[in-house]
Amino acid sequence: MTTNASTMTAKTATQNACKLCNPLGACLAFRGIEQCVPFLHGSQGCATYIRRYLISHYKEPIDIASSNFNEETAVFGGSHNLKLGLKNVSQQYNPRVIGIATTCLSETIGDDVPMILREYEALMGGAANLPVMIFASTPSYSGTHIDGFHAAVRSAVKTLAVGGAKKNLVNLFSGMISPADIRYLKEILTDFGMPFMLLPDYSQTLDGGPWGEYHRIPPGGTSTSAIADSGCASASIEFGSTLEAAKSAAGYLEAQFGVPRHHLPLPIGIKASDRFLALLEELTEMQMPEKYEDERRRLVDAYSDGHKYVFGQKAILYGEEDLVISVAAFLREIGVVPVLCASGGKSGLMKQRLQELIPDMEEQGIEVRHGVDFVDIEHEAERLKPDFLLGNSKGFTMSKKHDLPLIRIGFPIHDRFGGQRLHHLGYRGTQELFDRIVNTVIEERQKSSPIGYTYM
Amino acid sequence: MDTQNISLLEGREKQVYEKRAGGAEVDIACDKTSLSGSVSQRACVFCGSRVVLYPVADAIHIVHGPIGCAAYTWDIRGAVSSGPELHRLSFSTDLQEMDVIYGGEKKLYKSLIELIDQYQPNAAFIYSTCIIGLIGDDIEAVCKKVAKEKGIPVLPVHSEGFKGTKKDGYKAACHALMTLIGQGSTEGISKYSINILGEFNLAGEAWIIREYYEKMGIEVVATMTGDGRIDAIRRSHGATLNVVQCSGSMTTLAKDMEEKYGIPFIRVSYFGFEDMSKSLYDVAQHFPDRPDIMEKAKEIVRDEIRKYYPEMQKFKAALAGKKAAIYVGGAFKTFSLIKALRTIGMSVVLAGSQTGNKDDYRALKEMCDEGTVIVDDSNPVELSKFILEKEADLLIGGVKERPIAFKLGVGFCDHNHERKIPLAGFIGMYYFAKEVYESVMSPVWQFAPRKGGKR
Repeated sequence: MTTNASTMTAKTATQNACKLCNPLGACLAFRGIEQCVPFLHGSQGCATYIRRYLISHYKEPIDIASSNFNEETAVFGGSHNLKLGLKNVSQQYNPRVIGIATTCLSETIGDDVPMILREYEALMGGAANLPVMIFASTPSYSGTHIDGFHAAVRSAVKTLAVGGAKKNLVNLFSGMISPADIRYLKEILTDFGMPFMLLPDYSQTLDGGPWGEYHRIPPGGTSTSAIADSGCASASIEFGSTLEAAKSAAGYLEAQFGVPRHHLPLPIGIKASDRFLALLEELTEMQMPEKYEDERRRLVDAYSDGHKYVFGQKAILYGEEDLVISVAAFLREIGVVPVLCASGGKSGLMKQRLQELIPDMEEQGIEVRHGVDFVDIEHEAERLKPDFLLGNSKGFTMSKKHDLPLIRIGFPIHDRFGGQRLHHLGYRGTQELFDRIVNTVIEERQKSSPIGYTYM
Repeated sequence: MDTQNISLLEGREKQVYEKRAGGAEVDIACDKTSLSGSVSQRACVFCGSRVVLYPVADAIHIVHGPIGCAAYTWDIRGAVSSGPELHRLSFSTDLQEMDVIYGGEKKLYKSLIELIDQYQPNAAFIYSTCIIGLIGDDIEAVCKKVAKEKGIPVLPVHSEGFKGTKKDGYKAACHALMTLIGQGSTEGISKYSINILGEFNLAGEAWIIREYYEKMGIEVVATMTGDGRIDAIRRSHGATLNVVQCSGSMTTLAKDMEEKYGIPFIRVSYFGFEDMSKSLYDVAQHFPDRPDIMEKAKEIVRDEIRKYYPEMQKFKAALAGKKAAIYVGGAFKTFSLIKALRTIGMSVVLAGSQTGNKDDYRALKEMCDEGTVIVDDSNPVELSKFILEKEADLLIGGVKERPIAFKLGVGFCDHNHERKIPLAGFIGMYYFAKEVYESVMSPVWQFAPRKGGKR
């Protein structure tokens, strides 16, 4: 709890959470592995609720299997159900990979999943006959969805990566970003002519075309062989300011196979995008392709054209810590003051990372709060009186109540169309964000003007 | 389309039945927990309880457990309220690792006291989630203590996710409601009165139904739980008749009320002209000493059908011969939907539900045409298989089923809890037909690979 002028009283329950649970993140990450079925070891409800939540954003079929605990399972352990479940899911989906994540239930009863998996392998005549099984421990009572996401990515690498002679290959662990962002990153790497392994790649599995025939598992995703090669890469790039090496995939590869880890904030804004592209120039020993110089020039030009609309505007920014940190830095580039940077996450690093990117944070009156919910944020909004909100669609309740415009970014976006196609990263994503912010300000001015200008 | 390679899971064959001339008797193995590893469209016990109690708008609903269960059920239903909207908030004790180790009772107690002080609700429902069943928190004791201190009903709902199926969650919710019923005064309640059970006021549907009954001269004591209020529930034992829709969720309550208060119940459905009319007539029949009630019911049916008939003919002309697949929560709704689809000239090639029982499926078989596939507790793979094999033009289901339809180039009608357009009542039938028409007849399908679009 901060000691600022907040009117907040201490509160025990979480009200309108600004976070989701650990297993959701793991399921999302597993969706980015080719021919992989996510599998939750717990009650049926976990899988079904998470499916519903993801489907409402991505508008794609998202099958998540469940070991479907019952009372006996809870008493005698989930071994039998897990094995039967793996067998059934293999029969029905014929997957190349099964991504297994735990829930609060299986964690609390203390199921030793790796041991059960070994038993299952032995029972089925060895691992060679089976799909690859990637296991992530994701107890819902600790951390948030972002922890589950990173746990699944790290575990995929841990399970599959092998060392060997170094290859001309870069790993990119891009974090929890939109399918459109993933496609853009792949375009950049391709244009640099750099062979790459991007994980997790749900750009197609969660934003794909229509089906001419039925697909048990939607096409797309990072292949197991590509993940295997990640141990021989010449470098890893990993986004996420608060993501520590000990919990990350690139951290594992560095420790295990000596693949250097280049850790960057999500590249949002000119400075952060420059850093990312400069790193690519360094790693590829190639100049940034003219196309991106062009994108950058257009963005700088747009900043000049739009600067007066946004200077001094106050924003409340919320969501996953890494997204908040990067967007806050971008807002400072354009003169917007993120008066509150809030997250339901609790890495304990958010304030420090923000400070590094925004050294004059205190003077600017930027407040940082972690581990908060939407009721907390709403209280702060009453005091801070921002001009707009920036975050996922779950802020709509607050936006409507206080008549504050909401610019939707990140996940989830349940009340608008096309959340999966929004760009946030690089010059292109920054351009899109900047346009949307400027237009929101203009729209507000136009709405509140009694004259009704037809030009703004 | 080759779907031969899509096989049913071992252990699932008995939950799938195809109606054939001279075929075997329907003996669907239902009422089972879902098969491990099958991607069931069902949720859990908690979901069942949450669905039933969610619309009670002047109570706070506190989910005791880690954050997920509360986060995923925050404001996700179109159950609207004419007054307070406490049901649209999401409260969780958000248990952390230490709470799991040392127990969550204290946190629950503190949470309750603070939330009741902050929101001044007329009652509080406390939902137990999976791990509460493991760590052994004494929820009952906490609830009793808080109820005493705060002077409002504080009701534990035993909805640990793994302790059964969604149906057990319905029962736990009914049990919580039953403890409220009987606490209020029944003074002044008319002899010609009903409770509406199993109507959740999605998109204001309970208001539509209530208005019909009130026009007939019948007093509606409580709607459970759509636009629900604690005080109305507390005096609902003063009603003469319980009218139960969504029988899967609320029959338990109706039976308990019959046993304890001698209130008989009837099962109805408000979907489609046929069943909607019947649900007015059936209630009217219950009051034979007041022929005016039946007269009024007939008048409503006549007027309403006259109002929508011309439009319906237009839809029917366009939709005649089209084929539909139905996969919804309760089997009773499936019956109504089959009839409603026939009204607009459509046949049903797949009918299924998450929670039907043997009687339901037997009745379903009677209603269906030859070749119709009947499924219990199905999954995306099976649903896709039958949609393709039977060349359905429409799928009726919920959010989880929607992307299956759209990927395959099939129209879709959302008949689940998230809908924002009323589908109940006579006007609801009109909206239903309109929605089906708009989805099935959309020109966008020309681009779908299965309909001749580019692959």
